[in-house]
Amino acid sequence: MRDIFTISLVFSTIRLATPLVWAAIGGLYSERAGVVNIALEGLMLAGAFTAAAVTFYAHSPWVGVTAASMAGALVALLLAVVCIRFKANEVVAGTGINILFLGLPGVLSAALFLSSGSTPQIPEAELLPTLAQLLPVVPQWRIFTNVSAVSMLALVVVGCTWYVLYRTPFGLRLRSVGENPEAADAAGIRVLRMRYLGVVFSGVLAGVGGAYLSIGQSSLFTRNMTAGRGFIALAALIFGKWRPVQTMLACLLFGFADAVTIQMQGVVKMPSGEDVPVQFIQMIPYLVTIIVLAGFIGHSRAPGALGVPYDKEA
Amino acid sequence: MKLRELLFPLMAVVCAFAVGAIVVLIIGDSPLQVYGLLLGSALSWPDGIGYTLFFATPLIFTGLAVAVALRGGLLNIGAEGQLYVAAFATAWVGITFAGLPSFLLVPLCCLAAVVAGAAWAAIPGVLKARFGSHEVINTIMLNFVAIALVGYLTQYDYRVAGDPIMETATIGETAHIARLGRFIPGLPERIPLNVAFLLALVASWAVYVLLWKTKWGYEIRATGQNPAAAEYGGISVRRQIVVTMAISGALAGMVGINEVLGYRYRYYDGFSDNYGFTGIAVALLGRNHPAGVLLAALLFAVLQRGGVPVDAFTQLVSKDIVQILQALVILFVAAEAMFRWKWAGSRRQVAGGGSNAAVSNAQAGTATVGKI
Repeated sequence: MRDIFTISLVFSTIRLATPLVWAAIGGLYSERAGVVNIALEGLMLAGAFTAAAVTFYAHSPWVGVTAASMAGALVALLLAVVCIRFKANEVVAGTGINILFLGLPGVLSAALFLSSGSTPQIPEAELLPTLAQLLPVVPQWRIFTNVSAVSMLALVVVGCTWYVLYRTPFGLRLRSVGENPEAADAAGIRVLRMRYLGVVFSGVLAGVGGAYLSIGQSSLFTRNMTAGRGFIALAALIFGKWRPVQTMLACLLFGFADAVTIQMQGVVKMPSGEDVPVQFIQMIPYLVTIIVLAGFIGHSRAPGALGVPYDKEA
Repeated sequence: MKLRELLFPLMAVVCAFAVGAIVVLIIGDSPLQVYGLLLGSALSWPDGIGYTLFFATPLIFTGLAVAVALRGGLLNIGAEGQLYVAAFATAWVGITFAGLPSFLLVPLCCLAAVVAGAAWAAIPGVLKARFGSHEVINTIMLNFVAIALVGYLTQYDYRVAGDPIMETATIGETAHIARLGRFIPGLPERIPLNVAFLLALVASWAVYVLLWKTKWGYEIRATGQNPAAAEYGGISVRRQIVVTMAISGALAGMVGINEVLGYRYRYYDGFSDNYGFTGIAVALLGRNHPAGVLLAALLFAVLQRGGVPVDAFTQLVSKDIVQILQALVILFVAAEAMFRWKWAGSRRQVAGGGSNAAVSNAQAGTATVGKI
């Protein structure tokens, strides 16, 4: 066991939780406004591809991240128009977005780089930096600054989200259109506009989460590289009861499960001498979510009007 | 299904192809060439049509699965997990009872597929009926659990020693079902189109009979339309949720028959090409009607089969264009209000204001409930 629970496990957890935090906090804005966001997976893929492609041309990860968040916003706007303007079933539209971004990056990548499987490799100097690369540090402290700048930014985003959500008029309005749009409307809040903002902002954040995957953890975009992380982020959002700090903790838990899985491979043996099957550890986040939803570990209550299109005249 | 019902799905498909053409143009290729390749190869005889029908088979099953659930007011996004569990169960029976004669083993394998799919789908049903937790999230979560579970079983318990591929041993030869090439002159037997396709046609008909000609189907639809009214009418909505999910899962599970008994003769890990998710699109495009599901499944199969040569014979367009087209169809079908909008707007003016329109909608609503 001592081989597993090392300091590197902590960093591995942070590394793996980072994209989840970005996407889950993004989802929070959308769902708190009352729009189900099952498209986090597709939004992350959009961000991941855009970041890799733009960084390849612009040679700057920050330009790449900005482009990724804009791409996320654009795709989220499409989702918002379909769901809010045309009152589509949000789950179905989200599934459509997810499938779209299984295909679109491949087509664009084939056209731009003549390879549908992945984008070209980006040199290490042009990837998202760690804190150590940004700040002058004493060498002994290096291990603590070996964290990506984007991971640290995620922490800031969680703090800001908490503040915005619970301490500003904007946050109150956002929550009110998700809980009771009729009452919000009667109070003079423009329900549809708040919902558009919530969904688009979810794209901005999920896009950054995707960018971290392609130009932070890795150095290129590969097909379907999110591999279900958008859904785990959604699970973390539910597990975190749609609250920013709890959601981040849930992401860290899921990141931890992932990190343990990776560290255990080939290290820990079962009493019989076999490897511990990783599949069982992979299941944990999903099973936990199911259990939480069933109300076994404190009930998780969704925003009151989640998934209900708002129609002024109905 | 009324002919007018076909109008909106058709418009959605046309719009999806139009946007797809724009994407191809932007990339710098010819949409005519891409669509020509797509349709030409999918509809050629025997390879094109054979493979298209083979690809349509799982989509008919998953499309029916999603459609039945939607008729019952449930969104089953878990067909993907259900078909994996079912396919593994099919292979497990085929391997374990390999010695049995064909007339016993084939039905037994089919039963395994149906029961495993139904049982896996019943879990989110029970969770919803008992704890009120939403089936959408639970089915998504169970997809991941299912894939991990069968992956584990394949890797540790049923793989042939030394096989680098994640697949089980082969099933007994008596469990194989016939390929249609055996009966149809000109269709070579190497094309995996098999009896499961006929089963899919029968299943479509059976779903139609179930939903519209039996008491069970009436109860499913009544619950889907208005659970409160159904409960008042003496239907146990909780029981109905579990039953509907189980039927849906059973249909999704039949994919295992096509895959294991008719095609690969073993469980092959990761075999599903998003059949479960495409099933959602198929059901929506087919307006949750078995006949519509058949047509939609054929369209999606044409796209899937047609994507292969697009990859090889165009300069810049990869076969991923197929996924884009599928996604666009889903989005346009989901945003159907886009097409209705104009008519609704003019009707509202005639009715003279929003409140009147709402009243007439409510009346229309009660009328539909009365009619079922």
